[in-house]
Amino acid sequence: MEESSGSMRSSKQREEMKKVREKTARKRSKEEEEEQDQDQDQDQDQIFNFNNKPAEEEEEDEDLSDSEDSVYSGLEDSGSDSEDDEDEEEALDAAADDDEEEEKEEQAQRTEERRRKEGGVTDGKEEQKKDEYEHDSSDEEDIRNTVGNIPMEWYRDFPHIGYDLDGKKIYKPIRNKDELDDFLDKMENPDYWRTVHDKQTGSDIILSDDQVELVNRLQRGQFGDVNFNEYQPSVEFFSKDVMIHPVTNRPADKRSFIPSLIEKEKVSKLVHAIKMGWIKPRRVEDDSRGRYYDLWSTEDSSILAKHKMHLPAPKIPLPGHQESYNPPPEYLFTDEERALWEQQDPSDRKLPFVPVRFSSLRQVPAFPRFIHERFERCLDLYLCPRQRKMRVNVNPEDLIPKLPKPKDLQPFPTTQSLVYQGHSGLVRSISVSPSGQWLASGSDDGSVRFWEVRSSRCMKTVQVGGAVKSVAWNPNPSVCLLAVALDSVVLLLSPSLADRQVVSASERLLSGQDEVEPAEGAGPVTWGEAEGEELNQGIRLRIQHPKAVHQVVWHTKGDYLASVMPDHSSHLQVFIHQVSRRRSQNPFRRNKGLVQCVSFHPVRPYFFVATQRSVRIYNLVKQEMTKKLQANSKWISSMAVHPGGDHVICGSYDCRLSWFDLDLSTKPYKMLRHHKKAVRGVAYHRVYPLFASASDDGSVIICHGTVYNDLLQNPLIVPVKVLRGHVITHDLGVLDVTFHPTQPWIFSSGADATIRLFT
Amino acid sequence: MGGLQKKKFERGSATNYITRNKARKKLQLSLPDFRRLCILKGIYPHEPKHKKKVNKGSTAPRTFYLVKDIRFLLHEPIVGKFRDYKVFVRKLKKAYGKTEWSAVERLRENKPTYKLDHIIKERYPSFIDALRDIDDALCMCFLFSTFARTGKCHVQTIQLCRRLTVEWMNYVIAARALRKVFISIKGIYYQAEVMGQPITWLVPYQFSHDHPTDVDYRVMATFTELYTTLLGFINFRLYHSLNLLYPPKAIVVTVLHLMFSFNAFLQEDMEKMEAREKEQKQQEAQKKLFEGLKFFLNREVPRESLAFVIRCFGGEVSWDKSVCIGSTYEVTDETITHQIVDRPNIDQQYINRYYIQPQWVYDCVNAKIILPVEDYFLGVTLPPHLSPFVEEKEGDYVPPEKMKIMALQRGEKPANEEEEEGEEEEEEGEDEEEEEDDDNDDDEEDDEEEEAEEKNLKKMEEQRSQGKSLQVKVTPGKVKVENPARLEQEEKAEEKRLAIMMMKKKEKYLYDKIMFGKKRKTREANKLAAKRKAYDDAEKAKKKKARK
Repeated sequence: MEESSGSMRSSKQREEMKKVREKTARKRSKEEEEEQDQDQDQDQDQIFNFNNKPAEEEEEDEDLSDSEDSVYSGLEDSGSDSEDDEDEEEALDAAADDDEEEEKEEQAQRTEERRRKEGGVTDGKEEQKKDEYEHDSSDEEDIRNTVGNIPMEWYRDFPHIGYDLDGKKIYKPIRNKDELDDFLDKMENPDYWRTVHDKQTGSDIILSDDQVELVNRLQRGQFGDVNFNEYQPSVEFFSKDVMIHPVTNRPADKRSFIPSLIEKEKVSKLVHAIKMGWIKPRRVEDDSRGRYYDLWSTEDSSILAKHKMHLPAPKIPLPGHQESYNPPPEYLFTDEERALWEQQDPSDRKLPFVPVRFSSLRQVPAFPRFIHERFERCLDLYLCPRQRKMRVNVNPEDLIPKLPKPKDLQPFPTTQSLVYQGHSGLVRSISVSPSGQWLASGSDDGSVRFWEVRSSRCMKTVQVGGAVKSVAWNPNPSVCLLAVALDSVVLLLSPSLADRQVVSASERLLSGQDEVEPAEGAGPVTWGEAEGEELNQGIRLRIQHPKAVHQVVWHTKGDYLASVMPDHSSHLQVFIHQVSRRRSQNPFRRNKGLVQCVSFHPVRPYFFVATQRSVRIYNLVKQEMTKKLQANSKWISSMAVHPGGDHVICGSYDCRLSWFDLDLSTKPYKMLRHHKKAVRGVAYHRVYPLFASASDDGSVIICHGTVYNDLLQNPLIVPVKVLRGHVITHDLGVLDVTFHPTQPWIFSSGADATIRLFT
Repeated sequence: MGGLQKKKFERGSATNYITRNKARKKLQLSLPDFRRLCILKGIYPHEPKHKKKVNKGSTAPRTFYLVKDIRFLLHEPIVGKFRDYKVFVRKLKKAYGKTEWSAVERLRENKPTYKLDHIIKERYPSFIDALRDIDDALCMCFLFSTFARTGKCHVQTIQLCRRLTVEWMNYVIAARALRKVFISIKGIYYQAEVMGQPITWLVPYQFSHDHPTDVDYRVMATFTELYTTLLGFINFRLYHSLNLLYPPKAIVVTVLHLMFSFNAFLQEDMEKMEAREKEQKQQEAQKKLFEGLKFFLNREVPRESLAFVIRCFGGEVSWDKSVCIGSTYEVTDETITHQIVDRPNIDQQYINRYYIQPQWVYDCVNAKIILPVEDYFLGVTLPPHLSPFVEEKEGDYVPPEKMKIMALQRGEKPANEEEEEGEEEEEEGEDEEEEEDDDNDDDEEDDEEEEAEEKNLKKMEEQRSQGKSLQVKVTPGKVKVENPARLEQEEKAEEKRLAIMMMKKKEKYLYDKIMFGKKRKTREANKLAAKRKAYDDAEKAKKKKARK
C-alpha cells in the first residue's frame, strides 16, 4: 500500500494519509479478533490521549478533500464501534466487582506487555495508537455513566451510582475502607500514589507508567503526545506556485465564458471620453524642465530691449563694520544709544539691528530676522514703486559764484580801529560832519555828544533832555549845524566846532530867520528860539512837532530839513522845513501808509518816502509821485540813496537788503540776505563804491557796489567784509551806520553804548 | 478759437499709468496669479512724477503700473498655463470629492507644468545682464538650501537649491573668483568677481530656522522658482566658460557630498587648464594666498564655509572623517600647517602647526596677505573683524585696526605695540585737529584773538570809566608772528564765506544741504574716534592696574 500511493504530495502528508487508511483497514480485520481486552486498553488510552485528537482530526480534515469517501465513512464506523466496546466494558465492570483489582492488574500487565511488543516493532505500535484514535468521537462526554454532569453527592445515599446506557444501575463498589485501611493501603500498596478514584464509576484506577508520564508532561505544559512535532513546517496551499490540479473540483461558471456587459459599458465610456478629448493619453515624461543649456548662445541685442522706463532694482547696501560679529569697540552701542534705539520707531532707526560682539565664532547665533529680511527684499522687488530720482552730484565748490576778489576791490574798511565810549544808553543815531572831522551821536541817555574822529575824544556833550532818536549834520560844508530829533521836537544845534567863519555863517543862517517872521504861526509846527542854558549849550532853534519825531534828514544844499513822524491815522507824517525862512510844510495830503523814513535825492528835486512795504519817489517840483518801488519785504527799516541818485538800498526788519536800480525796474535788482537778524541801518559811501548794512546780529557788512554809467551793465555787488565788534545787548546790535565823507571809513553805533570806527 | 473742449485726464501721464486693480481686471487674473506673473516677469509698480495728475485729481495712495508693462504681460504664454493649472486643481478637487482615485492618478500624471526659459531670456537679453542681477538669486537659493524638509516648500526645490548653490561654489573655487568674505551677525557675506561683475551673496549660519508666521512663503517660492532657473542657466554658462561639463557628472543622489566628490573630478580638468591659467594666476597673487598651506578643520568650526574659502585661495583642507565624508587626511598628518580650532583650549597639540581661530582665514582673505598668526591663537582675544566692503573716503572714520592692516599691506613691519599706540594717538590727535579746523573754517581762532583784544580793551575802559588812572606800565611788546600762509588761508576762507553770501537762494539751499551732510559725517566720525579713544584709555588704565 505504501509503495502504491502517489508521490506528488509532500512525504509527511502522504504518511498521514497512509496511516488513516491503514487504521481503517486494520480495524476491520482486528475488530473481531481482539475484542474486549484490547477495547479496554483502547479506552484507557483514549481517555488520556484525547489531546492528540484535534491535531489528528485537523489533519484528517485537511486530507478529506483528497481522500476517498471510504476513509471518511470508515472513521465514523470505528467511532460507533468504540461506543459499543465501552458499553461491553461497563457491563463487564459492573458484573465483576470483586475481582476488579485483579483484572486491573492484569490489564496493566497486558498493556505493558503490549508496549514492550510495540517498542520492538515500531510499525505495530503505530498501528495500535492509530486504532485508538479511530474510536475517538468528537463528543467528549463520558458515557459510562448516563447521569450526566451532576454533583455525585446526590447518589450518596443510594447503593448505585448511576445508570449505564442500557438503563441498568451501576452499583457502587463495596467500600468499607476506613481510615486505618486507607493508611495501611498507603503504607503497603506500592501503587497507592498512582491510584486515582473515579467518581463516575466509584472505582479506583491505577495509572500506568505511560499515563503517569502523560500527566507529568501535561503538568509541565508540554504536549501530550511524545511524538508530536510542534514545529513541523506549515504547508501553504495557496502559494505562488501554480499547481496542475485544481483546488476544488467545481466546474467553471457560465459567466466566465460570456463577455461582461458592465465592462463593455465602462470601456465604451472611456472610449467616448478619449474621443472627446476629456482623457488625454499618458504624457510622455518631459524632462526638459530643469535641464539647462546655453541660453545666451545667440546674444542679439535686438531681442526685446528693455524700454527706457525700466529701472533696475537697487542692490542691497553692503554691510559696514557695525554688522560684524566682532566689531571694533567704537561701533558698539553705549547704554544711551541703545535706549535711544529701542525708543525709536523701527522705520526711524539708523541701523535695523543692534551691533553685538561675540568673542568667538562658535558663539554666534542664528539671525532671527533672516527670513524676514529676505521676504522684505522680495516684497520690495515686486511691490515697491520705483522712481528715478536725479541725485545731484555737484561739487559744492562749483555752486559758489565766482566773484572778483575783495583784495582787488580795495579800499574798504577792514579792521576796527577806534571805539568811542561815553554814552550810557544805546546810541540810536550818528552823523559825521561834512568835513569829516567831527562825529555827532545821539543816545537814549538824553545827550548828544560830539567826537573828534581821529582822536576819539568827546569834545562836547549836550544834554537835550530826552532820548535822541536821530541826529543829522548839515551837509553844507559852509555851515556847522546839527539837527537833533527827540520826542516831538527837532532841535538845531550849532556846536561851534569849526572855523570862526563857518560858525558865524551858521549863526547867520539861524539868525537870518529872525528877520523873516513866520507867516503862519498857527500851523501844526511851531518854531521857537532856545533860551538860557540851552543857548549856552549851542541849541539855537526848537521846532515843535505835533507828534514824536523819528527821523530828521537834510537836503544836500543844507537849507531844507525833513522830519518823519510815523503815524497810521494821520496824513501829517512828514514835514519839510526850510531853515532860512523858518517855514514848515506838509507835502502830502493823504496818508499812504506808515512812513518809515525819508530821503532827499542828492542831485535832483526828488523826495523818497519809505513806507512799510514800498518806497515812493515824489517829484517835489511837479508835486507828483514818479515811481513806487516794491521792496518785497515785510517792513522797511532804513533807506539810503546812492550819491548818483539812480540807486536805492533798503534795509528791512526781515533781515533783507534790497538794491533798487531805478532805471531798471520797480522791483529790487538784488535781494541780499546776509544778515541773520533785522537790518537797522544802511548807508552809501559818498565817494567810494561802497555800501554798508548794520544789523541786530551785531555785524556790519560792507559791500562793494560799482555802478556803471553804461545802462546795459548791471551794478556789480560784492560783499567784501563782515565787521564785528558790537556786543549785542537786549537783542539789539548795531543801530546806525555811516561812512566817512572822504575816507573809506565807517562808523557804527550800537546798543552797547559805543561807537566804533572801522578803517 | 473754438474747437472741442479738451477733457481732463485723457492724455499725458494719466494715460500712461494704470492702477493695479485695473491691470488685474484687464489681464483677467486673480490677485495671486497676477502677483506671480509680476514676480516672474519682473514687472514692478512705478511712482509717477505727478501723482495727482495720474490719479485723476485724487491724492489717494495707489500703486501704479505702466500701461506698457501690462500690455506686455497680455501676450505672455505663461498666463495660459496659469489658467490650465486652475482647471487642473478644480478637476482634482472634484475627483477627490468623488473618491475616484484612478481619475486622481490620471490627473496627477497630466499635471500642467511650465518652463521659465523664455522669461529668463527675455528679462536678461545678455549674459552680463543676468550676472548683474544674480545677487538676490544667490541669497535666496542659499537660504532655501538650508531649510529643513518639513513642508515649508517642496523638497525638490530645497534639493535643487542645494545642488545649484553647491555648483555655484564649485565654480567660484574653480575660477578662484572669491574676493571678500565677511562674517556678520546675519550670516557670512561672500563677494566674488565673475566676468568683472562683483557678486555678493549672504549665507545664513547653519541653524534650523524658526519659521516666522507673518511671511508669505508662496511669494518666496515663486521667486525661488525664477531664481533657480536663472541660476541653473548661469551655472551652465559659467561651467562652459571654464571648459567644464555641466551638470557635473559627479552629481549623485546625495547632493551634500557633491562638493567634495566633484573636486576630484575637477582636478583632471584643472590640470589642463592650469597651463592656460598660470599666467593669469601669477598676476593675481591673492588667488593663491593659501597655496602650499595645509589646513585641518576641527569639528566645531563651520566646515563648509571654511573649506570653500580655503579652497578658493588654493589651500588644502581636510577634516575629521566622522564629521563628513570628503576628508583627505587625518589630524595626525605631519604636514598640516594650520589647524583651525574654535575652542578655548585643546588637549593634544602638535608642535609643527599653528592652532588658530577661524577668523584668521577670513581676515587674511580680506587683507589679501597672510596676517601674523599671533593675534589669532587659541584663547586669545581676537582683533575686531572689519567689513571689507567699507571703503573709507577722505574724512571718514578709519578704525585703527584697518590702519594697521593697511600698514601691513604696504609692507611695514608692526612696531612694538606701545610705540604704535603712541603713534596712533598722535595721528588721531592730528586728525582731530585737522578736522576741527576744517569744520570751523578757521573762524574760531580769529574770534578768539579778537575776543582777547576786546577783553583787554574792556578792562582798560572799565578802569578808565571808574576814574582810576591807568596803571602806566611799559611792557615789552610781543612780536606778533604772522604766518603768511595762514593769513592767506584765512583770507581765502573769508572770501569763500562772502561768496557764499552772494549765492542764489536755490543754490544756497542745495549747498547748505550738502554741507550739512558733510558736517554730519565728520561729526559722526569724530564721535566714533572719541568713543574709541575713551575705550582705549579705559583699556590702558586697566592694564596699568593689572601691572600694579
